[in-house]
Amino acid sequence: MTVGGWRPGRVVEAISATRSARILRLEVPGWPGNDAGQHVDIRLTAEDGYQAVRSYSLGSYGASETVELAVDEIPDGEVSPYLVEDVLPGDELEVKGPLGGYFVWRPGGEAPVQLIAGGSGIVPMMAMVRAATDAGAAAAVRLLYSVRTPEDAIYRDELELRAGDGGVGLTWRYTRAAPDGWPDVVGRVDDELLRTAVWAPDRQPIVYVCGPTGFVEHVADALVGLGHASARIRTERFGGA
Amino acid sequence: MAVVSRGFGARRRESDPRLPPGQYLTEDFPVLSAGPTPRIEQDEWRFGIRTEGGDAVSWTWDEFMALPIEDVHTDIHCVTRWSKLGTSWRGVSLDTLLDTVDTDAEYAMAHSYGGYTTNVPLEDLLGGKAWVAFEFEGEPLDPEHGGPARLLVPHLYFWKSAKWVRGLTLMADDEPGFWEQNGYNMHGDPWTEERYW
Ligand SMILES: Cc1cc2nc3c(=O)[nH]c(=O)nc-3n(C[C@H](O)[C@H](O)[C@H](O)COP(=O)(O)OP(=O)(O)OC[C@H]3O[C@@H](n4cnc5c(N)ncnc54)[C@H](O)[C@@H]3O)c2cc1C
Repeated sequence: MTVGGWRPGRVVEAISATRSARILRLEVPGWPGNDAGQHVDIRLTAEDGYQAVRSYSLGSYGASETVELAVDEIPDGEVSPYLVEDVLPGDELEVKGPLGGYFVWRPGGEAPVQLIAGGSGIVPMMAMVRAATDAGAAAAVRLLYSVRTPEDAIYRDELELRAGDGGVGLTWRYTRAAPDGWPDVVGRVDDELLRTAVWAPDRQPIVYVCGPTGFVEHVADALVGLGHASARIRTERFGGA
Repeated sequence: MAVVSRGFGARRRESDPRLPPGQYLTEDFPVLSAGPTPRIEQDEWRFGIRTEGGDAVSWTWDEFMALPIEDVHTDIHCVTRWSKLGTSWRGVSLDTLLDTVDTDAEYAMAHSYGGYTTNVPLEDLLGGKAWVAFEFEGEPLDPEHGGPARLLVPHLYFWKSAKWVRGLTLMADDEPGFWEQNGYNMHGDPWTEERYW
């Protein structure tokens, strides 16, 4: 797997996704395509030459020169506030990738598939959900998505759509506030939820866990405790708590 | 010529000559690994070295603690672009460990509990450049940072500093480890940005 150099990317769309997150579509001439779950490095250069680079997962997959990111703003951050608040269609930045050959799922790949996302950890999972439903493999895929409140869910409408009618199994977990009349517990992902919403260990699912470091640590440990094989759990940690 | 991003730079981070190119400073200690954190008790832990000829040595935790222990003060650099300056560790030098074997190998593969592997040229492990570390900032190393013991090769990107290390196999020829098979550089020098293939 060879990663090319920096390619110029032009922002072609910037769509508000939640109170704090934005979906950016970038046109990257010569983009070789990517597998679901891969990420890119984004490089920003100021007028005086100062640069910063951060990693962002791709919500898109497959062969296209337009790639999609979804960025959640970290209030005291350097790069995410720029991507969420300042960047506009027509602006340019640089893209390196696709990166990562491990946290990926390809149509026809291992099944059943369990996706567990916290916050912006949904982004690589969205690519996998899209890849699986497009390939007609949605029934093998379950997604557990933990967010603070319903308004904080990135890709909410598309997920509901792809979960409908025998599509991807979708379980929401709200950690701070749920919709009125919500039947389930409000709080962190716990063993009880991992027992009920996740493919059982004896089905030998391949499990992808992605989100802030603390979330991933907690969920991956709990899965091992519940009998899931370590070797079948893949994690991607986004940093932060 | 880099592409200029209109309006970027307002919240720039301070730079520091101790930072390799493309790195930014962090005060906390991010955790990055490919799967769940293995939990290894000290009394099950072993560290072994196998030479290219098949000879093997290994140490139990107690035997390891009886070896000369060094204090290490160093900066560390993760390929995901954070760097931490002035970290303190305690561990056993790879010079001490490799001194016990007879080898002409030029490369080593580090193996970890949990199945992780990473390849490192022997010259990057010798000469006071690498340790098997079991203490960080005066405390036993946390499992999520590789405890009970990890490799510490601070002059290379931190994925080379294999967490939960259990041993080295010495090799005449270089072979890719886990991340190296997944797109990362065979060597990993932060100062020349050897990040990817
Ligand atoms: C492989 C990979 C994929 C990623 N994909 C995405 C993605 O799809 N969408 C996305 O929004 N982010 C993603 N991230 C996180 C992203 O790279 C940045 O870390 C994040 O946008 C913060 O950058 P910043 O410059 O705004 O903050 P910085 O200036 O780097 O940091 C400011 C503070 O925020 C904390 N922090 C850093 N990251 C996070 C975080 N994720 N959550 C909470 N606190 C944090 C830091 O510890 C620091 O204290 C990904 C990270 C990795 C390693």
